[in-house]
Order: sequence, then structure tokens, then C-alpha cells
Amino acid sequence: MTETQIKNLTLNFGPQHPSAHGVLRMVLEMDGEIVERADPHIGLLHRGTEKLIEYKTYLQAVPYFDRLDYVAPQNMEHAFAIGVEKLLGCEVPPRGQYLRVLYAELGRVLNHVFNIVAYAMDVGAMTPMLWGMEERERIFEFCERVSGARMHMNYFRPGGVSKDMPDGLAEDIMTWVEAFPKFIDDVETLLTENRIFKQRTVDIGRITPDQCMDWGFTGPNLRAAGVAWDLRKAQPYDAYAKMDFDVPIGKNGDCYDRYLVRMYEMRECVKIIKQCLNEMPPGPVRVDDRKISPPKRGEMKSSMEALIHHFKLYTEGYHVPAGETYSAVEAPKGEFAVYLVSDGTNKPYRCKIRSPGYAHLQGMDLLTKGHMLADAVANLGSLDIVFGEIDR
Amino acid sequence: MDLALRDLGDFIADTLHKEVTGTEIRLDELMVEAKRDSIVRVLTFLRDDANCKFRQMVDICGVDYPEDAERFEVVYNLLSLSHNRRVRVKVRTTAEVPVPSATGVYSAANWFEREVWDLYGVMFSGHPDLRRIMTDYGFEGHPLRKDFPLTGYVELRYDDEQKRVVYEPVSLPQEFRSYDFLSPWEGVLPGDEKALEADAKGEGEGA
Repeated sequence: MTETQIKNLTLNFGPQHPSAHGVLRMVLEMDGEIVERADPHIGLLHRGTEKLIEYKTYLQAVPYFDRLDYVAPQNMEHAFAIGVEKLLGCEVPPRGQYLRVLYAELGRVLNHVFNIVAYAMDVGAMTPMLWGMEERERIFEFCERVSGARMHMNYFRPGGVSKDMPDGLAEDIMTWVEAFPKFIDDVETLLTENRIFKQRTVDIGRITPDQCMDWGFTGPNLRAAGVAWDLRKAQPYDAYAKMDFDVPIGKNGDCYDRYLVRMYEMRECVKIIKQCLNEMPPGPVRVDDRKISPPKRGEMKSSMEALIHHFKLYTEGYHVPAGETYSAVEAPKGEFAVYLVSDGTNKPYRCKIRSPGYAHLQGMDLLTKGHMLADAVANLGSLDIVFGEIDR
Repeated sequence: MDLALRDLGDFIADTLHKEVTGTEIRLDELMVEAKRDSIVRVLTFLRDDANCKFRQMVDICGVDYPEDAERFEVVYNLLSLSHNRRVRVKVRTTAEVPVPSATGVYSAANWFEREVWDLYGVMFSGHPDLRRIMTDYGFEGHPLRKDFPLTGYVELRYDDEQKRVVYEPVSLPQEFRSYDFLSPWEGVLPGDEKALEADAKGEGEGA
């Protein structure tokens, strides 16, 4: 028998691949159908958000955060708001805190629903996608009713939230959240014990806790490997300290466990949302400091001082004392943080956005090496990748 | 919490007195300033020491201070799950002097360092694969430097004749406007020089 030299094949995955979850170009070195090396090329959606923020006032910077992880925009705003508040040294009133937690959890549901159904579609299941979109639309409606925008809410402002809930919204969210576990059950009957789904996910892309640490994994991907770490518990912010919920963890750190962790997290979200709605205190929703938060519309019409404050806030913005902070929140995808450097003016000197997906995608090579090509898609979907936040 | 953080800062400063130039706690966050050449030793110590156990490298980023002699600051944000603490390590460098790469200590450092190289032009020595990551293939310049204009130098469009995307020097139909609203009301208003004189006088009398 003669020896034949087999040359590795280099395969371009994306940037127009439907399961690339956006614009990912991955250069795969293939040995037959086995992936030898995966080299993700990112940056195709790079918009220079960090540079733009340096030219905007703190208030104008908020909408940029919506457009990072556009699957769960609320949670990105949350990190920025907390960072600026820390530099300003202001305390959000309780109702503002509860509203933020409520909408952050709705954001988490938005994210997990979308990830799970899109993941199911990646590995071959169609129906969950159709059901999930319906559920997401219901949540978008709640976002619209409170802020006026379905997706890019621009709702969490430094100092609180922009508006209070309108009448009847709390009841409607309650009605929805009572019915939502039924949706989770339905999706579970489709996926959790589904033979095809399990064949595609169990034991695929296993990662150990040590590897997770080394590669900077956070959020559900870290928890799926069995590390009980949740910033909402470990370093509670806003009203999370008062919430009673559990942190689900996985065992094997494979794609299936990542799916299960997200599934259980949605059930915990339901608990938190119910607690928020039941325990929401009355009162103001943002800090009562005219140097940070604008006056009410009615006040502006009658008070000269209120008008001046409004004008100053929307032209010059507020000055943030010089300093720096690294403020992190538990976003649905993992630790989302903002490293904010202020030089005492009305614009951030540096605003570094730490997105969880960036670190996760970096681990793609580790996860995919030695797997089949189809498993690369499964791994990618299970990591919960959104290019808005990775490319920034 | 604050006390424990202070103890940790003192402990790091004492143990690594040759490598660390200073520690500081601001807004309940611990900052460690390290010497550039010993950054790998500092990070290894922070990762492995039983009192630190900062096993996660959550972020590396650059900051540009163009006025300073060593204009770039590289900031490492570390997280310890077992002690539930964060620490921030900083080193200074210039555009010419490379920083030793942390990829040997934390695998996660790889892409973060590539990003700092891409956006700031800070070099990392010993990095296995220091390519650009965020900007386009063949991009020139380092966009997050303070002297890089917000509008950039080039813009791209689809050329119908060449049937491909082409780069062209950026042309602005309207000049770039930087709305500097920085306190036009503070200080002395035009025509209000008397107030300044009164101020100076008042101070003189006080002294």
C-alpha cells in the first residue's frame, strides 16, 4: 500500500452562515470532517462604540449599550448605570431598584428564550423557534409600555429609571408570568428528552471548571461546568440582595448542561419577577437630585429653576467626579462589566466594555478541537454568542 | 470588607515590594500598580497565592494619556471566585516598549491583548499570535488613541465598476462638529470681568 499525503482542508464558516449567530467568520482547519483548529475572525460588526462614547455625555451614552447585546438590552444599560452611579456616589430609590431588577430579569428571559430556541434550530428543531418568538413579543410589549421602545429601551439611567410603570402594567406582567412556566414546560417536552437533541448536545463541547477559569468563562457557561458563581448572589447589586432565588448549576459542562442551566434559570427568573411585583415599594423611581436626574415635565412648565436644570442636563450633562470603577452585572450571557474612567468632565474619558461573549468565543477553539463540523455549530449556539457585544 | 481589602493590598505590596510600586483603594476597589517588566510575576503570584486566588482574568484594556511620558496604561482586571474579590493591576508603557504578555498565565489574555494591540498599538512581547482583531483586514492606525479622529481616515463604499468594496479617504460634506458644552457658564462670563477683580480682592483681604 502506498502512503498518501492528506492535506488539511481550510474551511470558511460564515460570515453569512445562518448559524453563525450574526457575522462570524470562522476559519476551520479540517482533517476530513474533524475540526483540527478553529480560528474565529471577529470585528465584522465593529462600530467603535467605545470611541463614540468618549465623545458623548454620560446620558447620551446609554442608548449605545442597548445596541451591544441586542437580545437583552436592559442588562447592558444596567452595568453602565451602576458604574456611573458608583462614580457619582448616588443611591437609587427602592422603587427604582425594584423596577431595574424586574426589567433585568425580563431581559434575562428574553435572552434565554431566544438562545434556547435559536439553539434548537441550530441543531435541527424548528418548532421552539416559532413558539419562542411569540413569547418574546409579549415581553417586548411590556418594554414598550414602560419605555416606549420594544427593544432598545434606553430605560435604565444613571440614578434610576426614566419613567415609572403605567397603571395596569404590573397586573399584566403578573398574568403573563403566571402563565410563562407553561411555555417552559412545553419547550422542555420538545427538547429535554428529545433523542435527536440529546444526540447533538450531550457530551459535546465539554469543558472543565479549571478550563473555564483559565479562559475567563462566566455566567451560564461557567455554571454549567459546576461552578456555583452568580454575581447576583455573590456581589448583589440593586435589589437582588432581597430576592430569594436559587442558582442552578450543571455537572458536565457540555452543550446539554448549558441548555439545562438556561432552562432552569428561566424558572428562577419567574420567581424573581413575582417577588419584584409583589414587593415593589411605592415612591420615586430615580434619585431626587436635580444635578443628576431631570425634573418632571409638569414642574418644568411652572418653575424657572426646573427649566434651567432641564436645559443644563440635556446640553452639558452632569459632571462625574474623577475616578475609575469596574462595575459588573450578571448579564444573561455572563459577567458584563463597564470599566469607566472619568476625568471630572461631562464625558467619560474611557469606557471599556467587557462583554462575556468575547471571552466565550475565544474558547471556541478549545471546545471544538477534535469534534465534527456539525458540532462546531452546536458549540457556537450553546455559548450564546451575540455579535453586537463581542464586536462593540 | 474594606478592611480585608486593605489587608490584601498591604499583603501584596509587602510580598511583591520589588515588583509593585503602589497599591490604592478607591471606591472600594483595589488597584495595584506594577512594574512593566515584572507583570508576569505579579499576575502569577495573584493567581496562585492562597490569599489571592485571582484565578479569572476577566478583562484587559488600554487607556491612553497622550500628555504623559509613558502614555499607555494597560489595565488587568482580575476576579477571585473563592474569595469573592476583584483586583485591578496597572502597568504603564509607550508605543515603542512592549509589555510582557500574560498569555502564559491566563489563556483568556490572548484576545484581550490582541484587542489592546489593535485599538491602542501597545505591543506585547511573547504573545503567540498578535494580529489585529477588531478592525478590518489591512486597517492602518490604532483607533482608540486619543489623537485618532472620531471620523477616521478612510471610508468604504461599493464600487460598481470594480465590483468590489473600495476604501477612499474620508470626505465630510460638513466639517466634524465637536459640541463642547463644557461649562460655558462656569468661570468668568464675557463682560463680567469685575467679578473676577472682586474675587481677587476678596482673597487678598482674607490673606
